[in-house]
This record gives sequence, structure tokens and C-alpha cells, in this order.
Amino acid sequence: MSTAAVADKRPSTLQGASLPKWSPYAIVGGSIVLGVVIGLVGGLDSKIQWGLIAGLLYVFGTYGIAARVEGKRQAKDRVATSLVWVAFVVAVIPLVSLIWVTISRGVKVLDPYFLSHSMGVVADSEAGGGAYAAIIGSLEQVGLATLIGAPIGILTAVYLVEYGRGRLAKAVTFFVDVMTGIPSIVAGLFILSLMLIFDMQPFGFAGSLALAILMMPVVVRSTEEMLKLVPNELREASLALGVPKWRTILKVVLPTSIGGITTGVMLAIARIAGETAPVLLLVFGNPFINNNPFEGAQSSLPLFIYQQYANSAGANAAYDRAWAASLTLIAFVMILNLVARGIARWKAPKTGR
Amino acid sequence: MDISTQTTDASPPTPQPSVVQQKRNARGATRAGDRVFLGLSRGSGILLLVIMAAIAVFLTYRASLAISKDHGNFLTTFEWNTNLIPPSFGIAVLAFGTVVSSIIAMAIAVPIAVAIALFITHYAPRRIGGLVAYVIDLLAAVPSIVYGLWGGLILVPHMTGLFSWLNDFFGWTGIFSWDGGAPRSMLTVGILLAIMILPVITNVSREVFRQVPQMHEEAALALGATRWEVIRMAVLPFGRSGVISASMLGLGRALGETMAVATVLSPDFDIHASLLNPGGGTFAQNIASKFSEATADGRDALIASGLVLFVITLLVNGAARIIIQRRAEYSGANA
Repeated sequence: MSTAAVADKRPSTLQGASLPKWSPYAIVGGSIVLGVVIGLVGGLDSKIQWGLIAGLLYVFGTYGIAARVEGKRQAKDRVATSLVWVAFVVAVIPLVSLIWVTISRGVKVLDPYFLSHSMGVVADSEAGGGAYAAIIGSLEQVGLATLIGAPIGILTAVYLVEYGRGRLAKAVTFFVDVMTGIPSIVAGLFILSLMLIFDMQPFGFAGSLALAILMMPVVVRSTEEMLKLVPNELREASLALGVPKWRTILKVVLPTSIGGITTGVMLAIARIAGETAPVLLLVFGNPFINNNPFEGAQSSLPLFIYQQYANSAGANAAYDRAWAASLTLIAFVMILNLVARGIARWKAPKTGR
Repeated sequence: MDISTQTTDASPPTPQPSVVQQKRNARGATRAGDRVFLGLSRGSGILLLVIMAAIAVFLTYRASLAISKDHGNFLTTFEWNTNLIPPSFGIAVLAFGTVVSSIIAMAIAVPIAVAIALFITHYAPRRIGGLVAYVIDLLAAVPSIVYGLWGGLILVPHMTGLFSWLNDFFGWTGIFSWDGGAPRSMLTVGILLAIMILPVITNVSREVFRQVPQMHEEAALALGATRWEVIRMAVLPFGRSGVISASMLGLGRALGETMAVATVLSPDFDIHASLLNPGGGTFAQNIASKFSEATADGRDALIASGLVLFVITLLVNGAARIIIQRRAEYSGANA
């Protein structure tokens, strides 16, 4: 392109040197076309490469064209904008792929039979069987973990917000934060080290304990945030009426923030429901139905997915079951998330601001 | 105006001479209630500290049992043979693999996550930004085992093109040389980890970018700055510490990720210069894959490697939190 052509354009635009509004779209289209052409001509088999080439062409094309017409500063600005968009697209591709594949491959064997039958004596390479034992295990382990983790988490948050001053509160805050980052497998190893001392065999409740450890800091953090949102005026009004502090907390502070606390607990449940590593170490997995979480190996949905994947030896039947279980797990987690967010929006405390 | 309610509302408070008396009576009862409640809530807080301490103590105890039996050097031995008599194992390969995969993940995830956070807060139209933020939130909730399954079955086959391209153009560096095996290697693991920690880093960075004082941005705009210059001069300097701590939180997650690595990597016990050839291992992956075949000593050895992982993540997360806490937060209560 000659500079003369660009110079000719200038008088025709009102703002002098600026690209027309449609130019980014044109550059996107042009670079995608060029990327596909280069991919086809060069015989590159991976579509990812085509995309990468198109992305590079887009960024450099934007800079070149904008630098000529608008000047360097504007060109940099446009490149930054294009980079941000490219980053967004790059990040969205795997995520969309993940959701799409899970749904499209998961629905293959996901039916009432799959949800109501267990693997039992079905070999991993055979079709048939289902995730019933895993679902039961998941529900029991997560339920018990919630019974332990949620009350302790909420009480700790109450302590931090309503009473917490001084060194102990600071230490608790710091370690709760640090605890959030404990790898799930380390929590599993901790319970395992206790089990080794008492020479115990794997059972469901051991998994619950590890999950509870993972759950507590999440509940503390979210409950803390919610309690902080309760306006001080409410507490002061209650205290001024002569209501003792503990009744103020129980009758005023907690009810005001109950929506947010529920949300936090449900998000924490969603998080631990997907944990595999501690369950792998402590609950071991069991193709048969075991309804008793306090004795004998159990299964759980994430563990079921892993074992179907790892023991499949490439059998498609096992992969199909793994995808179906993934879809079940994701559906469970997403429903929890959506309901939790719904509750949060519905019961959001009125801060009066 | 509803008179009836007004009259009831406005009914003069009848002075009760016994109020003080009542309060005094109530005080004894409330003190007990308060004490119980304070005890319960403080007890929970202390319980959390006790759990953290117990994790450290018990892991250290089992680890010391294992290390005392270790015939190799725990830090430098390049094997993991816990079933030998005497057992011989070391964490050198695991430490290397954990660090390498996390570095790859960070190198990919941090720039993209920051860009997406900027996209949400400064580039996208408000509605789309909100939608993207919501979707990213949901993606943070996808269980790691599902990422692992997707990585093992979908991502791995898709990596061959990239790998052969890297090998063609950068194979001479040694880091990107590839012998054509299944791409179950550190680079694939790093890319999968990057995808997994992206939502974490994005969410925290987004919050920080949103807190940038509007005045700073408007001042820059008024001086004629372009949008990129506003971001470079006002947004990024303000958000730097937040982005650093967000990255460290992501790093903590990448270091401890188990299932996604276990499903993608085909491990061995050696340090490879090439990121594309399969091999190596990480702490968490090694624990998950070796656990089922481990004997009693083997389990203690795995606990020892878990202790190292625990200490590393503790340091990383602690550092991240200290950076975050420097930014004093305003809260409604205890303000």
C-alpha cells in the first residue's frame, strides 16, 4: 500500500487521521482469511496453528495500519485493545471446548439406568454399569463434611468479625487465608497419617474429614465477608435496647446475612464435591454399593471419573462412563452455584447506602 | 396518614423504675450466654489453628519415619523405589517437575488473565463484561478432575500440531525438541494448569482493577492519554501488588494440582531437558499415581513428599496473603 493512498483518504474523514469504525472488524476478517489460506497452502494440519497465525496477523496488521494512519500512540492503543480481545478469545476456546465435549459425550450413556446402577462386576472395558454407588458415596461424604465444616467455619467467622481483636484473631485470619491454599492432596495425607497411626482401612468418613478441612477456610472467608456487610447501626440498635451480644448475633446479625452465608456454604460444597485426591487416598473406591460411610471403602463421583479414565486401558465404554459422570458432577456443581447465586441476589442485605 | 398506627407508635414510653433492676438481673444471665457463645466461636477459631498445627506435626512425624529408612538421599536421589529393601527415594525429580510445570502455567496464565481482567473492567461493554465475569466465576467451579479428563482425552491429541511446529523451529534449543511420542509432557501439563488457574487469577485481578480510583483514570484521560496509556499509567501501577498476589494464589493452586497432572502426564523418574518429551513428575501427581501400589513404608515416603509440597504452598500462599493484607481493606463492621 502506498502512502499516497492513505494521504488521499485523510481529507475524506471528518476527524482527519483516524481509522473508520469498521476497520477492526475488517482486520479481524482479513487476518482470519489470510490465516486459513496460509494454513491450507502450508499444509498445517492443526487448526490451533491457523488460529495462532490469524491472531498474529491481526495484532501486527492492526499496528501497521494504525501506525500509518493515526500515529504511533494510537497504534499502540489499538494493539493493546486487540491483544486484550485475542487473550479473551484464546481463553474462551478451551473453556467452551470443555463444556461442549462434556455435554456432547456425557449424554451418550447418561440415563436413569446409569444413575441407578453401579459398576458391580461389570469390567471397566465393558459397556453398562453406572455411577449409583459413586453418587451415594459423594452425597454421604460431602454431607458429613458439610455437617462438620460449615458450623466450625461459620462460628470462626463470627469470632473474627464480632469478637476478634488482638493476636489470636490476627493469627486465625492469617492461617485461614493460608489454609485456603492447602492442596487437597495434603489434607488427604494428613488424615492418612492419622489412619496409619491407628492402622485403619479406608472408609468414607475419613474422606469427609479431609473434605471438611478443605471446606472450613472457604466458609470462614465468605461468611466473614457477609458479616462485615451487616451495617453497624443494626448491631448498635440491638445492643442499645439492652439485648445481650450473643442474642444480637443470633437474632440480628446472622439472620441479616443468612442469604450470603448460605451462598458461601453452597459454594464451598460445590468446591469439595469435585475433590478427587483426598478421596483417592482415604476412601479408595468401590464398584459395589456401600451405604455405610463409617465402614469399608466407598466410591465418589470424582473418584469414579478418575478410575474409569485410568483403568480403562483405552476402552471407549469406560471413557463414556467417565464423561457421563463428569456431566453429572458438573451439573450438580453448577446447579449448586446457580442456586447459591440466586439466594445471594435474593437475600442480599440492604446496606442502606 | 394512618392515625391509628401513629398513635400506637407515638405512645409515650412509660418510664419504668425497674429498668435498671431488670438490666442488672439480665446481666448475670447474659454473661453466661455471652461466655458460652464467645467460647464456642473462639474455640472454632482455635480449632482451625490446631488443625493447621496438627497437619504440620503429623506429616513431619510420618515423614521422619520414612526419611530415616531412606537409603538414598531424600533431596537428590533420582528414583522412587519404596518397595526395595532398603527403600531408596528422593524428591529431586518431583521438585523439578513441580516447579517447571508451574512456571509454564504462570507464564501462560498471568498475561492472559490480566488481559481478561482488563477486558472485563475496561474494554468490554458493561453488560458483556458482567457476563464474562460470571462465566469465569462458574469456570472456577469446574472440578479439577473434569479438567483432567478433558486434558487427557481432548487436549493431548490436539497438542501434536503445536509440538511438531515447536520442534521444527525451536527444536535446536533442546528445550523444545520432540521425539514424536504422545504429547503427555510437561508443556501439556503446564498448558492445562494455565487453563485451570486462569479463573483464579482473573477474578482477583478484576477486583483490584475495579478499585482503581476513578480520578486517576479521568486525570490521565484529561491529559489526552489513550486508553492503553491510561491503563499503563493509572491502572497497572495501582493494581500491581494485587496482580502479584493473584498470581501467587494461582501458583499455589498449580503447585498442588493433582488430578489434572495425573491424567495428562506420562511420568518417569528422570529430569528431561525437553519440555515436549513425556517424563518427569510432580509431587501431587506422584502421590496419586504411586499410592495404590505403595506399602506401609511407601505411604510414609509419599507423606514425606507431601510435607515438602505443604511447606512450599504454605510459603507461596503466605507471601501472597501478606502482600494482599498490606492493602488495608475497609469494612462495614469494626470500621
